[in-house]
Amino acid sequence: MHDYKNAMTLASGGSEMLDISAWFNDLLAGNLIFTPTTLGYYWQGLVTTTQLVFLSLVAGLVLAIPLAIMRSSKHKWISLPIYFYTYVFRGTPLLIQLYIIYYGVVFIDGIQQSFLWPILREAFYPALIAFTLNTAAYTTEIFRGAIKATSKGEIEAARAYGMSDSLMMRRIILPSAFRRALPAYGNEVIFMLHASAIASVVTLMDLTGAARFVYARFYAPFEAFLFVAAIYLCLTFAILYFFRFLEKKLLAHLRPQTN
Amino acid sequence: MLDLQGYGPRLIEGAGVTLQLAVLSLILAIVLGLLTATAKMSRSWLLHRTATVYTTVIRSVPDLVLMMLLFFGGQIGVNAISDMLYDHYGIDIYFNFNAFAAGVLTIGFIFGAYMGETFRGAFMAVDYGQIEAGKAYGMSNALVFRRIRFPQMMRHALPGLSNNWMVLLKTTALVSVIGLTDMVRVAAEASRATHEPFVFLIPVALVYLLIASVSEWMFARLQKRYDIGFGGQ
Repeated sequence: MHDYKNAMTLASGGSEMLDISAWFNDLLAGNLIFTPTTLGYYWQGLVTTTQLVFLSLVAGLVLAIPLAIMRSSKHKWISLPIYFYTYVFRGTPLLIQLYIIYYGVVFIDGIQQSFLWPILREAFYPALIAFTLNTAAYTTEIFRGAIKATSKGEIEAARAYGMSDSLMMRRIILPSAFRRALPAYGNEVIFMLHASAIASVVTLMDLTGAARFVYARFYAPFEAFLFVAAIYLCLTFAILYFFRFLEKKLLAHLRPQTN
Repeated sequence: MLDLQGYGPRLIEGAGVTLQLAVLSLILAIVLGLLTATAKMSRSWLLHRTATVYTTVIRSVPDLVLMMLLFFGGQIGVNAISDMLYDHYGIDIYFNFNAFAAGVLTIGFIFGAYMGETFRGAFMAVDYGQIEAGKAYGMSNALVFRRIRFPQMMRHALPGLSNNWMVLLKTTALVSVIGLTDMVRVAAEASRATHEPFVFLIPVALVYLLIASVSEWMFARLQKRYDIGFGGQ
């Protein structure tokens, strides 16, 4: 019974470690559902969710910047196709987009012979592609709004300095647009975290997938889903505070001056 | 005409389920949202606190998780109640917690939180002098609400309301996961059975786009109506 404690003491060589692990084992002792095994599922789920959300946000952001510039173009033939893309991806449920990519990827000609197949066969990458395209559409519109809101005076000043279009975009418009877009982008990050829950529908073991597994195993919906809800709540608050911190740093010049 | 390998009628039925679900949850969400906004603006500490916890918690947890909690947990909860009724009072009834009710309740409950925030901002945008003027005319609180606060609040609330409706509409797709036969579920089933996903999923996506476009147009008309008297601002 107490073997694990001895082993732990030997391994860590300190008493602090022993206290924590003993406390943890006591906590789990009378509990049939939250065993180290199921907690391991939740941990794996947390890792999958974080990977999915982080990678799709980064890829979506990279896609969204050029798309937002094109979307703000004066030329209709450049901006209209981008508008069409954002309209379709923002107007349909992410679940449908996920299904279309997940079930549809098999039907691309020659995909099963190509080197990409071992990657695309797993649910993770179709989900990643769907999430990326979805968040890129929303982020494009957020940035486009921020670009449009650039004050005329700043553009005139840049022109008066003889800046080219691309230089003006790089030095004047984009830096201030990013700052203006920050609060809306923070919401999009939280939205993406919550939307990622549907990855569990295509058999991925993300956080929600882990909760569904635990529910099915123990028939304990309250424990399984309330626990995962609490994890999502913590993640949401972490993102919220991170963006508040960023806003404080980057939008300091917009705050009313004290003293 | 719309046979779609025999799945056509079921898809149309599914579209009906989606629409009913969306409209019913919208109504529930608006009612809950008005209550929440009132609670948030009330002077009672308890009401204010409860409403804040409700909007904060609901908006921090994924829709799908809440939906599963209510759907899978709901049946157990309902069974516990009917067991209790039987044990203590000898009343023998069995409630069947169906997926449609669970869907409407969850989506309404989730969007009630979002609506609450929208309505609170809109109510605060109504000039307090107008409410005082209404009271000076001897209007009761209910009459002030109906004639002054509500119509003017709607003008400010409509953009947020329309936004919430669009998100709500897309959220209804999630009920297919908890076993409700909406159009997404029919399309996903058909895709798996026939190995032709595009034939079913793309029309369903188009239906969503159509509903979104029509409602956008309707909201623009409503906005025009509520903007009367504000010089087309």
